[in-house]
Amino acid sequence: MSDKHQGIIIKVSGPLVVAKGMSHAKMYEVVHVSEQNLVGEVIELNGDTASIQVYEETAGIGPGEPVYSTGETLSVELAPGLLEGIYDGVQRPLALIEKASGAFIGRGIQVPSIDRERKWDFEPKVSAGDTVFEGDILGEVQETTLILHRVMVPVGISGKITAVHSGSKTVEEVIAVVEDSHGKKHDIVMLQRWPIRIPRKSKGKRVPDTPLQTGTRILDTLFPLAKGGAGCIPGPFGAGKTVTQQSVAKFCDAQVIVYVGCGERGNEMTDVLMEFPHLKDPNTGEPLMKRTVLIANTSNMPVAAREASVYTGITIAEYYRDMGYDVALMADSTSRWAEAMREMSGRLEEMPGEEGYPAYLGSRTASFYERAGAVKCLGNGDREGSLTVIGAVSPPGGDLSEPVTQNTLRVTKVFWGLDANLARRRHFPAINWLTSYTLYQGNVSTYWSREVADDFTKVRNDAAGLLQEEAKLEEIVRLVGMDALSSKERLILETAKSIREDFLFQNAFDPVDASTSLKKQYWMLKCILTIYYAGQEVVEQEDFDFNALKQLPSFLKVARVKDIPNEKWDEFEAFEKKLRSEILSLKK
Amino acid sequence: MQKEYKSITSIAGPLVLIEGVEGIKYEELVEIQMPHESQPRMGKVLEASEGFALVQMFESPQGAVTHGAKARFLGETMKIGVSPDMLGRVFNGSGKPIDGRPEIIPEKRLDISGAAINPYSRDFPNDFIQTGISTIDCLNTLVRGQKLPIFSGAGLPHNRIAAQIARQAKVNDGSEFAVVFAAMGVTFEEAQFFQSEFEKTGAIEKAVLFINTADDPVVERIAIPRLALTTAEYLAYEKEMHVLVVLTDLTNYAEALREVSAARKEVPGRRGYPGYLYTDLATIYERAGRIKGKKGSVTQIPILTMPEDDITHPIPDLTGYITEGQIVMSRELHRKGIYPPADVLPSLSRLKDKGIGDGKTREDHAGVMNQLYASYARGKDVRELAIILGEAALDDVDRAYMKFANAFEDRYIRQDEHEDRDIIKSLSIGWELLKMLPQAELKRIKPEHIEKYMKADA
Repeated sequence: MSDKHQGIIIKVSGPLVVAKGMSHAKMYEVVHVSEQNLVGEVIELNGDTASIQVYEETAGIGPGEPVYSTGETLSVELAPGLLEGIYDGVQRPLALIEKASGAFIGRGIQVPSIDRERKWDFEPKVSAGDTVFEGDILGEVQETTLILHRVMVPVGISGKITAVHSGSKTVEEVIAVVEDSHGKKHDIVMLQRWPIRIPRKSKGKRVPDTPLQTGTRILDTLFPLAKGGAGCIPGPFGAGKTVTQQSVAKFCDAQVIVYVGCGERGNEMTDVLMEFPHLKDPNTGEPLMKRTVLIANTSNMPVAAREASVYTGITIAEYYRDMGYDVALMADSTSRWAEAMREMSGRLEEMPGEEGYPAYLGSRTASFYERAGAVKCLGNGDREGSLTVIGAVSPPGGDLSEPVTQNTLRVTKVFWGLDANLARRRHFPAINWLTSYTLYQGNVSTYWSREVADDFTKVRNDAAGLLQEEAKLEEIVRLVGMDALSSKERLILETAKSIREDFLFQNAFDPVDASTSLKKQYWMLKCILTIYYAGQEVVEQEDFDFNALKQLPSFLKVARVKDIPNEKWDEFEAFEKKLRSEILSLKK
Repeated sequence: MQKEYKSITSIAGPLVLIEGVEGIKYEELVEIQMPHESQPRMGKVLEASEGFALVQMFESPQGAVTHGAKARFLGETMKIGVSPDMLGRVFNGSGKPIDGRPEIIPEKRLDISGAAINPYSRDFPNDFIQTGISTIDCLNTLVRGQKLPIFSGAGLPHNRIAAQIARQAKVNDGSEFAVVFAAMGVTFEEAQFFQSEFEKTGAIEKAVLFINTADDPVVERIAIPRLALTTAEYLAYEKEMHVLVVLTDLTNYAEALREVSAARKEVPGRRGYPGYLYTDLATIYERAGRIKGKKGSVTQIPILTMPEDDITHPIPDLTGYITEGQIVMSRELHRKGIYPPADVLPSLSRLKDKGIGDGKTREDHAGVMNQLYASYARGKDVRELAIILGEAALDDVDRAYMKFANAFEDRYIRQDEHEDRDIIKSLSIGWELLKMLPQAELKRIKPEHIEKYMKADA
């Protein structure tokens, strides 16, 4: 390594290293610390001393050792080969780390993020003489059976194509040459780099209007998230954040998934790793891994890399968005990211804000979630892509008033609030239907009436209304008992109970129940609500025997309505008719 | 040639500042020789700066002086010598034997802080461990390679439960566990309880004990779980053993961490605990697991006492975010005289779904578990309602639920300290109890299983 740009360490304290002789360094530049080549990033400059956050364990490093500059800011490599990859927080493939240091992660391992040897079949979409601008598609590579990788003109380059090279290429071989207006020739290769802390460019955002279908009933029907939106899942431990996130990652209809395990359990990441190659994508039947990129920084991996991992993930996600795909990013959990920020801030002796978090927590959180969006992609054609961000938040003690949750709620439009009490009674997904909210319902209602059913919005609102009503009535029951209720109120309770137990309850581990199509959700809910719609007409009769209603054969079968297979809409319709007529037969 | 420094300028609690030093490394070990003492005191570098080092001593600062003391930097981080001969032995917080027998001859010396297991190299834990306790086996199943803490409170019988698990735990293939036991800041009696418990059953032959009692140095408390886990990893991954690590009491560990952090004048996080408590606890808990291609495994049962039984206190809270579930002890059940007083509803095992079902336990396991949970939750609600409204106000279904909840506590949760219930027994007690409820209420169990097992057991 050149010793031209070299500093000297003067202090080591956990992941923070301070070095002098660093006047040449720039902010967020990547440096290599000591002869062991630990990866670090400059986060503060003060005269000729630089504070460096080191992405690896610093034990055994001491003052007097060298720091080498690289001149580059922390970037990710973007090229075919990202999908099916599993990376650490600074985009080093974990498989290669294993090869280099065995089952335990060693230090100072330098491995390429993208396989340099592998050849891809590049099929050009342009020819010599064409004029291209940044973001234009030069050609395509079949990256996996699911995803066609579109190779784009790098940002900042435009001009006339003077040569195109098709065929089998590695990511570093020239695939096209572009001559810009100054006559300068640029060799274009598939491998591109992008600094992780800067959002990738697009032509502009548009308002998201298509729902992200997750297959989880409470999410899709009651609290829909739009493609290009941002949502958060806060909840205490054991309430099911990770199960919900994983379930969305498995079944949602985004084309590319980036899953960031940020400061979470090692065994959970292993679970994803072992399960995804075997699970089939419900839309295409191909293994899920073919559309997934995993970033893993488990809770015992270096804390500074945790801070970088969410940015690494979102930059990769934006790259696929720019190709025109619908991308979903799950970050589990953003609290660990915020805590990593707090730890570094404490070591830098910055003035702390609320609960010791740095004062810039709010702005960092906001700018992270703002990278979500439905966009018009750069380049020719009318490509549109979207990036949906779903962040889990782990509030200490389940207390939502803490800073990370509050800052997140300010910028996300969907709130899926997990509830420890529901989890304790094994009601999963333990999402509280009273406190959760979505601001996208208006956006997606047109889609709903177009693609699902005209009265979907009404059915959804009625169901939500009944659940609200139930909460009030339960208070009364708790005080004065069931007998004080009118028949109509008992009907509301019965219907709401059925909504809870037969619709909202969903077993993520049952192969059939784990995911439900939007249309089936509509029909299930419609059948359940028939109890209420038809019941209203009979219960207000004098001396109405409520047990007669509860003993109706169809009423007893409502719980099994989820067993009617997808696509058999006529069976649902028949069931609904039968239930209605049986209830109405109680009319005197 | 190591240099000696006579430039110790300040001592505050366990922290020592040494000036004018050169070539020191972060986390390096330091020997400090006090005048008129035969043995040097040990410490490690907490902050390495140009010209000075902040050193944390492992022992009490009692009698330490700045004048005349000499510091020697050893150039290596803290290590422990390991060997299979450690089985059957008792050690203190600096890895020295305290059972009156000679020192072991180490086969190799390992860094105690260990390295993170590459998630890519992990093998998923899915071997069912039978502990013989119904509330764990059937409802909160433990699997090999899991970390499942016991959240307890002062005065609750968590030690007896931990000893029972260590005594009874076995896997389907019949292989048994080696136990690595680490006690941090416990009383002499507690330490003695485990030691004699292990000796009585002969389990001591395949156990390694690390003991730091309440009057031992605070700093050793921070090292002791790492000594235990390094030993466990060595036995698991190099000697192909299945190791069960029992750590007690993590609350004392966190207190020790806070004590050192306060002495360093760090910015405190919640309740005065350092902001890195989560990361620090993770470096302990995450050392449980299995590795692809290795036969052994490390399963952890950490015990912690929740201050004021408050599960939102930072220690249980952060632990719950790292571990794969928790077994919560209930004071209410304990007062009712029920052993083990496992509070079923807030307890959870995240890996249960991987260790149960056909071929591992029985096909109806998941359904029975979910149904018992849901029904017990409902039964407890009804019981509360009955207190307000009186039993007469309940309908028949609710009354059945209430009876179910009482029977569940009495027959399912309660069992003898020496009763080793196998999983089939646990399931059939579950079925018997579920018969108390109307069949239409059993929504969580597959109808074919109701058909098969409800009738079969009748």
